[in-house]
Amino acid sequence: MSDVIDTLAGIAPGSPLDAIRNQRLQARTHAQASYDSLFKPLTEADASKLERVAIACFVAGLHGRSEMEAFYGTALAEAGAPAAWKGAIAAAVASAKGQGPYGHYPKGPLSAEDKAGPVFKTGAAERNALGARLAAAFEHAHMLVFHPRDAAPPYLQALIDAGWSTTGVVVISQLVAFLSYQIRVVAGLRVLKARPA
Amino acid sequence: MTDKVLTTPPHVEPVVFTRDMLDWLPWLEPMAEQDLTARHVAGLVDAARAKSAYFRLLVRDPEVLEARTKTDKDIFYNPEAGLPRAERELAAAATSRFNGCIYCASVHARFAATYSKRVEDVDRLLNNGVDTDLDARWNAIVAASVALTSTPITFGPEHVDALRKVGLDEASIVDVINAASFFNWANRLMLSLGEPAAPEKARRGAIQADGPGRRE
Repeated sequence: MSDVIDTLAGIAPGSPLDAIRNQRLQARTHAQASYDSLFKPLTEADASKLERVAIACFVAGLHGRSEMEAFYGTALAEAGAPAAWKGAIAAAVASAKGQGPYGHYPKGPLSAEDKAGPVFKTGAAERNALGARLAAAFEHAHMLVFHPRDAAPPYLQALIDAGWSTTGVVVISQLVAFLSYQIRVVAGLRVLKARPA
Repeated sequence: MTDKVLTTPPHVEPVVFTRDMLDWLPWLEPMAEQDLTARHVAGLVDAARAKSAYFRLLVRDPEVLEARTKTDKDIFYNPEAGLPRAERELAAAATSRFNGCIYCASVHARFAATYSKRVEDVDRLLNNGVDTDLDARWNAIVAASVALTSTPITFGPEHVDALRKVGLDEASIVDVINAASFFNWANRLMLSLGEPAAPEKARRGAIQADGPGRRE
């Protein structure tokens, strides 16, 4: 059975890291099952496959990980995305990139640790190419990637106003959160693989 | 239709990191307990999670929740080889402290303190942040978790070397990578779909019994 994390991290069957991953076989199996259920969902009622892949391309781009950008970029082309999307996503990534985590704490002693940073707004040209739903989803994804502690009800209202259902918001939040995990596991395993004991 | 943002009831917002038991209030409508089908119950994995607003919200996508929960449990609970449970929890707590998830940090600081018996060190991490000096081994685990949590990711060979130097074998290093990476998943859900609340003292017993789950 193909395992996306192995593919992206370059872990070969029978290698030492393959054996170590097998010691956490449930985690390995269900990380793959998480990927499968997010990108090959039983229903597209609340978030289409195409929308999911477009958001994944944006999130991969925000992390600046070439292996992830290539993987989800290929998926975008295979999903039959409109021709303008690739450039629009690249433009959104270019204007959204930053350094995280930043954000605000509830007012109090932790306010001393508040770290200001940008709130991303999808540009007019990208909004035009991608539509209102994806434009809003990208703004949400940017917040989750770079400044999740700034999350507040108005950000969810913006998604609902753009046409996302409650279940759709759960799905795309899971999607961005899962990618935050997947991208890090792959990055970590790649470093470890390149540094044998 | 339930497609609206919820107004949370009056509550006390926690303003510091704490090991205290916290409540969690959703910003979107969780599924009603009576609407859960067999598919949703399977997604919850533990039937008791039907009492938790957090899990009844996530169960709107039951397949993802089920897979996510089983990933979580194996990374943290599997006793075979690798990193001791206390230090997997330390990686989760450090990740949550750095991202700023007061709720997740409270749960995993409790676990880290319980399993390690190093209550003062865990409290120093919560109070002073991820740069606080714990000891060589814990510093290396916290630093690796923080580097993995930063965006762009700054985890590099120097972190692997530092973990090896304090005695972690390859399986333990993979556990650090898994635990810190997984909490980048959990923190983002907990932070963005609702907010923590300090339970009123009178309600504390009830919340400990059936509060928003032991995880996250």
